Amino acid sequence: MNMNYTADELAFRDEVRSFLEEKLPADIAAKVKSGRRLNRDDHERWQQILSKQGWYATHWPKEYGGVEWSAVQKHIWDEESNRYGAPRVVPFGVSMVAPVIIKFGTGEQRQYYLPRILSGEDWWCQGYSEPGAGSDLASVKTRAVRDGDHYIVNGQKTWTTLGQHANKIFCLVRTNTEVKAQEGISFLLMDMDAPGVTVRPIITLDGEHEVNEVFFDDVKVPVENLVGEEDKGWTYAKYLLTYERTGLAGIGNSKAALEHLKGIASRQRKNGRPLLEDPTFAARVAQIEIDLQAASISNLRIIASVEGGGVPGAESSMLKVRGTEIRQSISDLARRALGPYAQPFPEEELQDGYEGDYLADPHGAAVSPQYFNLRKLSIFGGSNEIQKNIVSKMILGL
Amino acid sequence: MDFTLNEDQQMLQDTMARLVRGEYDFQTRLEVEETELGFSEAFWNQLGELGLCAVPFPEEMGGFNGSGVDVQSVMTEMGRGLCLEPYRQTVILGGGLIAQAGSESQKNDWLGRIATGELKVAVGLQEPQSHYNLDDVETRAEGSDEGYVINGRKGVLIGGHAADLILVSARTSGDARDREGLSLFAIDPEAEGVERRVYRTMDGAKGCDLFLNNVRVDSDALIGTEGTAGEVIQYQAGRAVAALCAEAIGAMEESVNLTLEYLKTRKQFGVPIGRFQVLQHRMVDMNSELEQARSMAILAANVADDEASVERNRTLSAAKNVIGRSGQFIAEQAIQLHGGIGMTWEYSLSHYAKRLIMINHQLGDDDFHLERYVSLLEAG
Repeated sequence: MNMNYTADELAFRDEVRSFLEEKLPADIAAKVKSGRRLNRDDHERWQQILSKQGWYATHWPKEYGGVEWSAVQKHIWDEESNRYGAPRVVPFGVSMVAPVIIKFGTGEQRQYYLPRILSGEDWWCQGYSEPGAGSDLASVKTRAVRDGDHYIVNGQKTWTTLGQHANKIFCLVRTNTEVKAQEGISFLLMDMDAPGVTVRPIITLDGEHEVNEVFFDDVKVPVENLVGEEDKGWTYAKYLLTYERTGLAGIGNSKAALEHLKGIASRQRKNGRPLLEDPTFAARVAQIEIDLQAASISNLRIIASVEGGGVPGAESSMLKVRGTEIRQSISDLARRALGPYAQPFPEEELQDGYEGDYLADPHGAAVSPQYFNLRKLSIFGGSNEIQKNIVSKMILGL
Repeated sequence: MDFTLNEDQQMLQDTMARLVRGEYDFQTRLEVEETELGFSEAFWNQLGELGLCAVPFPEEMGGFNGSGVDVQSVMTEMGRGLCLEPYRQTVILGGGLIAQAGSESQKNDWLGRIATGELKVAVGLQEPQSHYNLDDVETRAEGSDEGYVINGRKGVLIGGHAADLILVSARTSGDARDREGLSLFAIDPEAEGVERRVYRTMDGAKGCDLFLNNVRVDSDALIGTEGTAGEVIQYQAGRAVAALCAEAIGAMEESVNLTLEYLKTRKQFGVPIGRFQVLQHRMVDMNSELEQARSMAILAANVADDEASVERNRTLSAAKNVIGRSGQFIAEQAIQLHGGIGMTWEYSLSHYAKRLIMINHQLGDDDFHLERYVSLLEAG
């Protein structure tokens, strides 16, 4: 056993660091570090830079333009990119639909869609959840009926993250109502600008527009947009979910957030001293730091145990639960650090180019909205209760 | 021992509950939040006309001589309605400070108008460096020929944007964080040297930070004896803590009810999700937290108007500590059990959750009150 990086891995880390120092736009990093919302242009600029470097599709096979990084390399990237304030890559295209297309799609689908994802031409969103299908994803009701060489799609999807920017959506649709719920689902690729598709914003409790409802009203979808076999979509959906969960532990993000928290707590004061030196508060911070260290090693251990650069199975559920709990605790502490100043929401401080005084802290304005926004972590990608069911059944055999 | 309300108390609670139910449904609340003023002038006037702003004041000041239990009834219903009107700031804290320390003429000037809802008051006791320690006051008032000159900054005055009168603590003597040497002043928000930075708050209210630059006040702006406001502030903050606890109960009850209803009606895997044991136990925990909180809110209401003592203060800190923790548990779990829908702006639950979390940031969070409890144990 050796927990140190090899010489090659250290060299890789240096390469990653110099790339981030040279290529990560300062304005984007500043936004990420202060918790300000990124706009479409920010995401696209970063996507282009990564794509040019060849580091966008980190887990695709090389033949399709991927990098095939090892588990340790991915871990190094996760840590360093978060530390420098790089934005999270919007995962729906590159990390979610692409692995499904690579594994289950036709040659034509791979040739058509993968380059468009790499180039940023397509922005994908996810059509999984429905008003009646959340944790019980297999109960999807959106209907796709075959009509010659098309499907006619009717129904509604919800919680569609960044759907307002997307031109493509991958959907679970019901193609067979005669069989068991899981057996009548198909995986369909659709255009967001097709006639009959309507997007309606959902405003969340922090006042943000991040998620949407998507309505389908007699939308015509060519049959060649079906991935794999009709009625076998559940298999592909589950394959995609393991990819989704792997990223959700968010260890690198939590490490960056912890440093951010320490910054705030060192500037805020309590009884004439920096809050970070207050015994009660320092103990709370230390406790999270310790838990994060443990989760980080668990994350590394589990990822490293998967051979061939694949994704872990049920273990990723365990990581998701722990990782999101830790990230939420950090956002809770950041809010506590502001004391009475957790209440004001001086929205102007979050605008690009704000040069006025900060009410409480240079990074204060985003703290409470982010605490509320991050309640989503234990809900999306399969709620933490569902993840525990998976661990209980698949790992513990209960 | 009797935990039931007497006839008058019951009547007050019914009046308030009916008023909130009738005038302050969730849609109305969302609209009120969007207004420039940030609260409903009409509803505020109704509180005044119905005598609800007069509840805690002595009869000779136009009040009802109400107890902490009466205040509790009003505040719980305001919590249930997520009401944004500056009742706690004006009636409980502002009115309380004036009633306890004010001169006869100050009381005559202000309390009657507070009791009718004519005068809106904001109170600035905190500062950017103070965290929740109300003795940590750097704002200074220097005596001058005609009165005082005040310099400093007061933080997070909820309702301060629309107040007719602002009460602030300032140091007239003593060192940083001494309780001795604090004085209380009444400030005209329009006076020269007074600047306000106005903002909305996370839970839908509005407030401001107050910047005082060589603000000159007459000597009759001083409330109470110079240098002795520290204990008055502690006492009245304690009454406001009890009011906050009561308000939290209203918001918690609604959160628990909405969640319970959701567990019974939302179906996944072919059954109501309330059939799943893990969610049943979570719901039981939420309910237990509510009961714990309710008990402490009742206790707080009953000691709020007791004579100042270490024991009273300790009890109030205990109550605020429980409310802070149970409020956070209920807010977070109510969202979690609802899933995505619990995070949406258009559903009332998310607003209850925000209010509950922000109550923990008003007059001390659970950590602050735990530390205060310990220090008061040592003092006792």
